Amino acid sequence: MADAPPIAAPEPVPLVRADYLPVLLVPALALAALPLIGSPTTWVTLTIAALAMGMMIFVISSGLTLVFGLMDVLNFGHGAFIAVGAYLAMSTLLPFAGWLQADSLALNLAALGLAVLAAMVGTGLLGWAFERVIIMPVYGQHLKQILITTGGLIVAEQLIHVLWGSDQKPMALPTALRGAVTIGPVAVEKFRLLAVGVGLLVLLAMLVVLNRTKLGLLIRAGVENGEMVEALGYRIRRLFVAVFVAGSALAGLGGTLWALYRETLTAGIGGEVIVLVFIVIIIGGLGSVGGCFLGSILVAQMANYTGYLAPKVALASNILLMVLVLMWRPQGLYPVAKR
Amino acid sequence: MIKAVLSDDLPRSPVLSLALLVILAVLALAPFLFGGAQAINTAAKVCVFIVLVASYDLLLGYTGIVSFAHTMFYGLGGYGVGLALYGWGATWGAALAGLAIALAAGIVLAFLIGLFSLRVRAIFFAMVTLAVASAFAILAAQLSELTGGEDGRSFSVPPLLRPGFTLLELPALGVTVTGRTLTYYMVFLSALVLFLAALRIVNSPFGRVLQAIRENDFRTEALGYRTVYYRTAANCLAAAMAVLAGALNALWLRYTGPDTTLSFAIMLDILLMVVIGGMGTMYGAVIGASLFIVAQNYLQKLMGTAAKAAQGVPLLPDLLHPDRWLLWLGVLFVLSVYFFPAGIVGRLRQRRT
Repeated sequence: MADAPPIAAPEPVPLVRADYLPVLLVPALALAALPLIGSPTTWVTLTIAALAMGMMIFVISSGLTLVFGLMDVLNFGHGAFIAVGAYLAMSTLLPFAGWLQADSLALNLAALGLAVLAAMVGTGLLGWAFERVIIMPVYGQHLKQILITTGGLIVAEQLIHVLWGSDQKPMALPTALRGAVTIGPVAVEKFRLLAVGVGLLVLLAMLVVLNRTKLGLLIRAGVENGEMVEALGYRIRRLFVAVFVAGSALAGLGGTLWALYRETLTAGIGGEVIVLVFIVIIIGGLGSVGGCFLGSILVAQMANYTGYLAPKVALASNILLMVLVLMWRPQGLYPVAKR
Repeated sequence: MIKAVLSDDLPRSPVLSLALLVILAVLALAPFLFGGAQAINTAAKVCVFIVLVASYDLLLGYTGIVSFAHTMFYGLGGYGVGLALYGWGATWGAALAGLAIALAAGIVLAFLIGLFSLRVRAIFFAMVTLAVASAFAILAAQLSELTGGEDGRSFSVPPLLRPGFTLLELPALGVTVTGRTLTYYMVFLSALVLFLAALRIVNSPFGRVLQAIRENDFRTEALGYRTVYYRTAANCLAAAMAVLAGALNALWLRYTGPDTTLSFAIMLDILLMVVIGGMGTMYGAVIGASLFIVAQNYLQKLMGTAAKAAQGVPLLPDLLHPDRWLLWLGVLFVLSVYFFPAGIVGRLRQRRT
């Protein structure tokens, strides 16, 4: 066998044709909203707000879509991770109030960094426990999964009431991140810039891990065909637990950002955003990170533009968006999981 | 004859039969057994929720579809009747017109949602119904000129059903038959008829196909039954029953609002009642609804006293606080899905064999 010549392919493997049509939806929606909004400066503010919100939703939903694509588990309790992350961050920030109120960007970011770290570690652990106790026994049974994870959501939310109380908690922005930067005639809130930055970092990290590391290769292969990966000798179960923990940690990060964005915190914070998260992963295609990113930005754009133009129908307009996207591509923008 | 009324779906367990008879007797004689307003309110609420939970069991237990939009149809019924009585005067014509509009709207909505998402994945359906129900709840709260916003709408019912209307006095039993009593019996009899109708539906060939879809939809499709149509039909039937339950609720409370009909908490309550009572057995709805609502009204007081008694212990008073009712129910729910998938009714029936 050792001296057999390597088999050469008769012709090069054909490249996958890149599908960039859905990417055009984002600028299309933005341009469609411009005449309706009228004033260009308002439009720029709204679009940047949409980018920031989209990044936060992307951070939260990326974990959920990967988990579903990889192991066919839809975790309806994801909202609990969002809330727990936000509360853990709030509790971590309490002893560092001095750092937050100082007018130094470095101290503020350091305090926020610690809070985010605590939130991510805490939700990662919670995710691991959730997976072991609640999800593992019901692998493969979709009905029971939905019921059990909804039950887990109820229990987690009630435990937040027990541990932190039911009152609304303020979540003050650090001093250096309050207010806005004026770029020409447009005012952009500083926190929104931070959110966009964090979101892009997460996207970059995910793309690097998924496309350039062996772990990422295994995850992508597992989403396409889990059985084959297992047949090749890899423990897909461990992979799944790792992705679940990572997804939960990301939800914690997203929850922290969301709580800072809203500047208040209640146990129901997960419920506010989870409907948008579901719409995003349906639009993006279950299992696809790129689709999730596009979906988040589209949903955030829709929410912000209709929030300005016709606030009463904001959520309904997102559902309309979902219906339209599904009529164009029934499996989502970039369907990956062949289920 | 009892077999014919119950559509051949007997309780099949002595304990269950006894429990059902007790519940039926108590609900039938409630205005004469209980004097207080809270007791009769509880009884009426039990009747309404039996219908609501039975319709949800049709969807979840018999067809295997998880839907989070059930409270939307419940609210649709309540708002339909309520807004009609508010806007068009307190007459039977207005009430029936409002009910008809709500039924039509509910069935069309259920049809659209079903056709759109039941085709693809069961999980899509759950997510889409959650999104649609949330949007509906927000719309109902936002369109305050029409729906009364967060406060809802109080309205008058037809003269026959008003508390002030006295039909006859029965001094021997110490009870006056007022419009309230008439409303209660209207709610009770409607609930009874609707429950028996649901029993009839699930024990018909149509119901058999639904159960087949739940067990193995691929095989059912292979046998020649178009699962999309059956699922959509089940969705529409369940929605229609929920609309009727909402209408009954509105007529009893003489009020309709987002908190009493559209909140996600009510959806979770229904889910809990169905699972704990027993999925896939209509009687589970009766047992689950009665237990849950009676416990919710009276057990919370017990929790309050227990919390006060445990004052010194670190975490215990918070865990036993009456508002943490849902925590224990959530734990019970998770345990039920694991260890008692057939619920209380399933357990009782198992014991017999």
